[in-house]
Amino acid sequence: MKWYIIKRLLMLIPVLLGVSILSFSLIHLAPGDPAITIAGEHASIQTINAIREKYGLDKPITTQYWIWLKQVLKGDLGRSIVSNESVTKEIADRFPNTFELTMFSMFFAIIIGCIAGIISASRQYSILDYSFMGLALFGVSMPVFWLGIMLMMIFGVFLKWLPISGRISMMISFQQITGFYLLDSLLTGNFEAFISSLRHLILPSIALATIPMATIARITRSSMLEVLRQDFIRTERAKGLSERMVIYKHAVRNAMIPVVTVIGLNFGLLLSGAILTETVFSWPGIGRYIVNAVNMRDYPAVQGCILFFAFMFVIVNLITDIVYVYIDPRIHYG
Amino acid sequence: MDRKNNQLKETRTQELIRRLRYNKSATFGLIIVLILILCAIFANYLAPNNPSPSPPELFNALKPGFWSQKGIEGMPLGTDALGRCVLSRLLFGARVSLSAGFVAVGIAMILGITFGTVAGYYGGWIDAVIMRIVDIMFAFPALLLAIVIVTVLGQGLSKAMIAIGIVYTPQMARIIRSSVLYIKEMEYIEVQKAIGSSDRRIIFHHILPNSIAPVIVYGTLMLASAILDCAALGFLGLGAQPPTPEWGAMLSKSYSYIVSGAWWAATFPGLAILFSVLGLNLLGDGLRDILDPRLKI
Repeated sequence: MKWYIIKRLLMLIPVLLGVSILSFSLIHLAPGDPAITIAGEHASIQTINAIREKYGLDKPITTQYWIWLKQVLKGDLGRSIVSNESVTKEIADRFPNTFELTMFSMFFAIIIGCIAGIISASRQYSILDYSFMGLALFGVSMPVFWLGIMLMMIFGVFLKWLPISGRISMMISFQQITGFYLLDSLLTGNFEAFISSLRHLILPSIALATIPMATIARITRSSMLEVLRQDFIRTERAKGLSERMVIYKHAVRNAMIPVVTVIGLNFGLLLSGAILTETVFSWPGIGRYIVNAVNMRDYPAVQGCILFFAFMFVIVNLITDIVYVYIDPRIHYG
Repeated sequence: MDRKNNQLKETRTQELIRRLRYNKSATFGLIIVLILILCAIFANYLAPNNPSPSPPELFNALKPGFWSQKGIEGMPLGTDALGRCVLSRLLFGARVSLSAGFVAVGIAMILGITFGTVAGYYGGWIDAVIMRIVDIMFAFPALLLAIVIVTVLGQGLSKAMIAIGIVYTPQMARIIRSSVLYIKEMEYIEVQKAIGSSDRRIIFHHILPNSIAPVIVYGTLMLASAILDCAALGFLGLGAQPPTPEWGAMLSKSYSYIVSGAWWAATFPGLAILFSVLGLNLLGDGLRDILDPRLKI
């Protein structure tokens, strides 16, 4: 187990190096002088020269990469052309919002997806099974951005139940501590802010949760069906155990192994989905930031976001792999 | 010999069609896909109006469709913010989305099959290098990688297709590689080697024809996600540019009007995307059940 984790960590090094090379190349593949790309078209000569100096842009490309990598490892992702703020700070400011959104969605997706899958499997070919699986089929084909718009239209515009955009109502002022709105409002005892930020969270997280929820429901069902066919389940039933006990105590535990992998794989989809959902709901997260940055040709910001997203994704995959080995003792990776 | 081969091929295709017909959801998917293809081919004849009249008929802007008295005759699904017929744009959009999907998957197939075959057949350092690059590309969520490539190439429909094609290449390469690795060890390949066939002959005459099944299955499923991703890029303003009638771009240009009650211009393009993707997914799942031998075990 320990060796597996160490090996898995070592395998990260080439991948992360590759990711960094790809992000680094972005500036150099973009048309025009890299110094102007980094500083922005309207930058003064002094700024451009300062950039050229800082990143050693007159030196060979390998040296440039090395200088850049050292900056990145120090946590310096450069300055945004648009806001002239440090990209690291801009990402750090937005990360809690993206984190709250993705975690809330994943929570929804896992709970509802697993329950729907378990019910479908234990009542195979029932009306409930057919309707869940029919919904799941639509779910996996859903354009997230369109679903977001439809939810916004139905619950925000027509029924007026929930707010349609932003992170919190503009009328509420409250003090930020960690950047996580839900946590901060609880910590400061600001109940009004908590409710408002929770209400803003609902529609985007439902939209974002749909695809993972559908995939989780489908995989839970098929995995449960497989487990329910096995001998030990027949033994449990022969022992006279109630069906409820058989399913929830014995079958579910064994069926969860492939589900964990799918949950891990879905984080990638979730990050892609976050880019779209945040754009639809004007959610102040990293996804919306990167779209704006691409549209404004803010290359340092794009580069920083890419590095950050890829890094998160790699870490999530690592955690999934480790959890996978942990919950399934049969698996041994050499 | 040739005739016998032909006969064998025919029966295989016939078998495929027969088994597809037994699979209800796959048949349903196939019907949706056929409708989509027909819409794309005959958009000129089916569309009641010009999808992008110039100058725009602004006096017709955001009129509802057949369900309302306020609608205009000849515009059954209403009009968008520039007074253009939503139905006509949807039909021409089928052409754009479908061809974008095909081009993207085509690029992924050409690149993926080339790299996958080389990696699987030759093995060694070349395999290691290709697979490490694949690993690196997998470290990016798909849409993010597409955005990165569009940032470098610039915005536009053709660039979005290339970007999505590149993004799907590693997936295709992995599928082909594993299939080549499996076929390479078969006895008939050993026989070919023993009688001195060239690598080229073995690859093109024996290995590739036998790995066609996964290519068809995953190609169909990939087509579904390519259409979805292309629409997503269009929605973000990084794909098709106005006035191209592309579904994702149509959505992004009209969703701000739902606040004023004009729901149709944003609803129908999304439904078109949803059903196209659903149809291709159903068809792909059905084909996988039939063609993928690993599931037969």
